[in-house]
Amino acid sequence: MNKRIIFGIVIIFVMTLSAVLAPFVARYDPLKMDLSEDARLEKPSREHFFGTDNLGRDVFSRMVYGARISLSVGFIAVFISLGMGIFLGGISGYYGGWIDSVIMRIVEIMYCFPTFFLIMMVITFLGPSIVNVMIVIGLTSWAGICRLVRAEFLSLRERDFVQAAKVQGVSNFRIIFRHILPNAMGPVYVSATLSVGGAILVESALSFLGLGIQIPEASWGSILTAGKVYIDYAWWLTLFPGLAILITVLSFNLMGEGLREVLDPKLRERK
Amino acid sequence: MKRYIAKRLLLIIPMLIGISFIMFTVMHLAPGDTASIKYGMNPEVSGSARANFDKMYDLDKPVLVQYGLWVKRLISLDFGSSLIDDQAVMAKITSRLPATLLLQIISLFIIFLIAVPIGVISAVKRNSFFDRIMTIFVFIGYATPSFWLALLLILFFGFKLGWLPISGMSPWYTAYLDSFDRTKDLIAHLVLPVVATAFGSLAALSRYSRSSVIEVMNENYVLTARAKGLSSSRIVTAHILKNALLSIITIMGLSLPALISGSFIFETIFAWPGMGRLGYEAIMNYDYPVVMGVGVIATFLTLIGIFLSDIAYAFVDPRIRVGGEK
Repeated sequence: MNKRIIFGIVIIFVMTLSAVLAPFVARYDPLKMDLSEDARLEKPSREHFFGTDNLGRDVFSRMVYGARISLSVGFIAVFISLGMGIFLGGISGYYGGWIDSVIMRIVEIMYCFPTFFLIMMVITFLGPSIVNVMIVIGLTSWAGICRLVRAEFLSLRERDFVQAAKVQGVSNFRIIFRHILPNAMGPVYVSATLSVGGAILVESALSFLGLGIQIPEASWGSILTAGKVYIDYAWWLTLFPGLAILITVLSFNLMGEGLREVLDPKLRERK
Repeated sequence: MKRYIAKRLLLIIPMLIGISFIMFTVMHLAPGDTASIKYGMNPEVSGSARANFDKMYDLDKPVLVQYGLWVKRLISLDFGSSLIDDQAVMAKITSRLPATLLLQIISLFIIFLIAVPIGVISAVKRNSFFDRIMTIFVFIGYATPSFWLALLLILFFGFKLGWLPISGMSPWYTAYLDSFDRTKDLIAHLVLPVVATAFGSLAALSRYSRSSVIEVMNENYVLTARAKGLSSSRIVTAHILKNALLSIITIMGLSLPALISGSFIFETIFAWPGMGRLGYEAIMNYDYPVVMGVGVIATFLTLIGIFLSDIAYAFVDPRIRVGGEK
C-alpha cells in the first residue's frame, strides 16, 4: 500500500471523526464567552490547549467545531463541481461538435478568470453564508474536472465496447453514464481528492475576509481573522488554526498524489 | 508570425466579453438597487427621485440592454464613476495600478528565478537528498493557506524581530527622504508582500519545471547528445533547459489568474495601495461601477499576460508559428 495514501487517510479520518464527535472531543462550549480579565487571550495551557481568544472562548474547542465547517465545505463544494464537471465533460467529449466548442469556450473563460474575485463578488452580493460559499466554490471549480473527463471520453468513445453498445441500440445517456464514465473515473478520483484541499483553502480565505462563516460560529479561517487583530500579542490565535488548515489540505493532497501513483502505472515505473 | 499574433490578439475580445458578461449578470442578481446604496435611508430622496435616478442611469432597462450600453461606454474607457465618492472609476484604477504591477512583476521574476533552478536541479539529481527536501517543500507549499503565511511573516519579521515594515507602501515620511533612501524604504515595504505572493506559485512552478525537465531528458536528442560524448553540463544547458523552458513559459502565463486572485487578499492584509485592495473595498461597499472596472482590468491584465506567454512560446518554438500561419 502506498505510504502517502495511508498518511492522508489516517489524518483525514482523525479530523473527520473529531469533527463528527465534536461535543465529546471539545472540552468547552465553543460559543461560551468569558469576558473576565484573566480569561481573555489566555496563553496555551493544560486547561486550554490552544489558549483562549479575545472573548475568552476556548480556541481548541472552536477549532474542533470549526473542522465541521471546513471539512463539509470541502466535501460538498467538490461534490457540486464533480457533478458539473462530469456532466459537462461527458457530453462535451461524447457528442463533440458545437456542444463541445461551446463548453470548451466556457472552460477557457473559467481558466482565465481571476476566480477568487468572482467568488468574492457573488458571495457579497448574495449575502455571506456558509451554504453560499459551498455552492459558489462548487460552481466555479469544475473546469479542471470537465477537461479531464472530456479527454478521457474522447479516447474512450472510439473503443469497441462503445460501438457495440451503440449497435445494440443503447441510449446515448446510458452509454455516457453506464458504459464510458466508469472507465473514465480514475483521473477524476485523483483530481477530486486534490480539489477538496483546494476548496478548504478557498473557504478559509473567504472566512478570513469575513465572507464565509458568520459570527459567532467559527471555521478555521474566521479564527484567523481575530488572530490578525491580536497578532502582536496572541500568536496562538494565528498559529494553530493555520496549522490545522495546512495539515488537512496536505493530507488530501498526499492522498491524491498517492492515488495518482497507484492508478497511473507509467508514474510507478519512472520513480 | 504576424498573423499568429493578430489571431491571438483577436481572441482576447470574445474572452473579455464573456467574462465581463458573467460579472455583469452576477451583479444584477444581487438584491438591493443602486439608488438605495447611493442615497441609503435619506428621507429627502423620494420614491420618484429614485425612479428618475434609475432612468438617468438606464437602470430601469433589462440587463442585456444595460450590458450593451455599458460595453458602448467601455469602448471609450468610461467605466462610470464610483457610487461612494463620485470619482471616475478609470482614474481610481489608474492611480492604484502601478502599485499592483510593481508587486506582481517583482513576484513573477522572483518566482521564475527561484523555481526554475530548483526544478532543474531536482530533475537532474532525481531522488537525491535535495530532490526529496524540495518535494516536501512543494507539498507544504501547495497546502499552506497563503494568507496565513502572510500573517506568520507579519508576526515573525514584523513583531518578533521587528526587521521589516508590515503594511503600506510609501508612508508619509518618505516625502522627506532622498531618492536613495526612498528606494530603500520601498524595498523594505515590498519584501513581505512579495514573499507572500510568490510562495504559493513557487511550489507549483518548481514542481512543473521538474517534470518538464524530466520529460525532455527522455527525448532522443538528449540521448544522441550523450552518445556524442557532450559534457553533462552542456547537455543540461544547451539541450535540456532550452526545451524545458518552453512549457515553463506557458505555465507562467497560466499562473497569472492565481497571482491576481492573490492580490485581493495580500493587498488587503498588507494595506498595499493597489488595485486588489480597491476591488476588495469596492465589493464590501457594493460600489458596482468600481467592482466592474477592477474586474475587467484584472481580467484584461490576465489575458494580456497569457497572450504574451503564448507569443513568447511561439517565438522560441517554430512549430507553433508555422502551425498558426497555415
